[in-house]
Amino acid sequence: MKRSYFSGPYALWMVLFTICPMIFVLYYAFTNGDGGFSVQSILECLEPTTIRVFLRSVKLAFICTVICLILGYPAAQILASKDFSKYKLLFVLFILPMWMNFLLRTYATMSLLERRGIINTILERFGFEPLTLIGTEGAVVFGMVYNYLPFMILPIHTALKKMDTRVIEAAQDLGANPLRVFTRVIFPLSIPGVISGITMVFMPAVTTFAISRLLGSGNFMLLGDMIETQFLEMHDWSFGSALSMFMMVIIVLSIGLLNRIDPSKGERSGNW
Amino acid sequence: MKRLFKYLKGTYLGLLLLLLYSPIAVMIVLSFNQSKSRANFSWGGLKWYYELFYESPEIIEALKLTLTVAILATIISIVLGTLGAIGIHACKKGYATMLMNLSYLPMTMPDIVTGVSLMLMFVFVNTYVYFPRGFVTMLIAHITFDTPYVLFSVMPKLKQMNPNAYEAALDLGCRPMKAIVKVILPEISPGIVTGGLLAFTMSLDDFVISFFTSESNNLSMLVYAAAKRGVEPTIYALSTLIFIAILILLIIINKRSDLESIS
Repeated sequence: MKRSYFSGPYALWMVLFTICPMIFVLYYAFTNGDGGFSVQSILECLEPTTIRVFLRSVKLAFICTVICLILGYPAAQILASKDFSKYKLLFVLFILPMWMNFLLRTYATMSLLERRGIINTILERFGFEPLTLIGTEGAVVFGMVYNYLPFMILPIHTALKKMDTRVIEAAQDLGANPLRVFTRVIFPLSIPGVISGITMVFMPAVTTFAISRLLGSGNFMLLGDMIETQFLEMHDWSFGSALSMFMMVIIVLSIGLLNRIDPSKGERSGNW
Repeated sequence: MKRLFKYLKGTYLGLLLLLLYSPIAVMIVLSFNQSKSRANFSWGGLKWYYELFYESPEIIEALKLTLTVAILATIISIVLGTLGAIGIHACKKGYATMLMNLSYLPMTMPDIVTGVSLMLMFVFVNTYVYFPRGFVTMLIAHITFDTPYVLFSVMPKLKQMNPNAYEAALDLGCRPMKAIVKVILPEISPGIVTGGLLAFTMSLDDFVISFFTSESNNLSMLVYAAAKRGVEPTIYALSTLIFIAILILLIIINKRSDLESIS
């Protein structure tokens, strides 16, 4: 028996449970309720209401990614630095939340932000007016940042740790000031990690529906919410499928875009 | 000056940790609260823990389902993924590239699309033969998103291996099956362990795909439903227990090996 036959069961499984289901999505996207060919659902994706939802999803995911990058990059750098890399447990503390169920984490943020939650209780104790925190875009972004920050820190940390420190020393010896060392040497060398971090934060953020549903109190829809609603509440599978295809296109486009920036094509600094 | 910088850096890390852990800390504190209120705290002992174990059968059911699916999906995806990797490694280049690209697909696809597409297929099958969305469909879905992680963890180990070792075993009269068990498996076992751990955590953590492919609740689905209803301190108690379990597990793993290799 040839060794290559071992890939048989795997190939069969993947075709059966990833390719076949995609064909169903395609089928529903291009048919109407009676099963006849129709592009109506596809056209519905281009209507102003849908476009608004789409833009809001991208906006929130983008803000979340930027905040994660701004907060996460220095953290990754400090954790990888000589002073702190000896405390291995410290690094563990930063990625530990990744292992905690993400709904439990979101549930935890709810208890902070709610109308009668911890933040408002503290504010009232000190005589301030309670704030409306939950149900706002800010709350959703906070929830996303809180959930996805470790996913930004981890790959950047890995990239920085792998960096040849002699290159940095060489730049210093040749008279570059710290800012220049960072902009010309450290940052460019860490770009694969940054890209991997951006992917790991932006992708789940742009497709989420649980976070926006729980922290946005259903006040506004994101693309993920819209897909979920079409399938489980409106039972409009055709429009839901069209939206799913739409989302796939966004993901493929953004991955393509990110890969173009990535100088080390193919050999990505791994997520694990 | 240098010392000052070090303190500043430490403070920054401390603030971030505060951000990451304050919701969890609040939850742990509230799990010992007497009342459901979040505004007042009065010590209530293990009240909610008692309720969790003795009066919340649906939480225990969900916990059982989550663990069963995670364990089974991990075992099956280890077998499928390892065999797949060995097979692909021995394949001709074109076919191998095609299979690798096929494996990237579920990893890049948004969870919600994976979930929805599987749901459509399961519902379709259910109109012809009895195939309800429940344990089996959830297991199939989990195996589907777990297996590529095993494959991608095993693949690099196969590439690092000396390709002549397997041939040598055959030349020395070993049967192919035995050669795989005796020569290839020991070499790739670290990859299998890494992949298995990844698959297990992915499966434990999954919400979106399970949400669409199953009607029986796993833990995440249960928490989602509870969160929509409002405050439920039993969930706080559950979170506290899970948090402590993960903390202990990670400290043990960290003691044993370099954590970065599995993260």
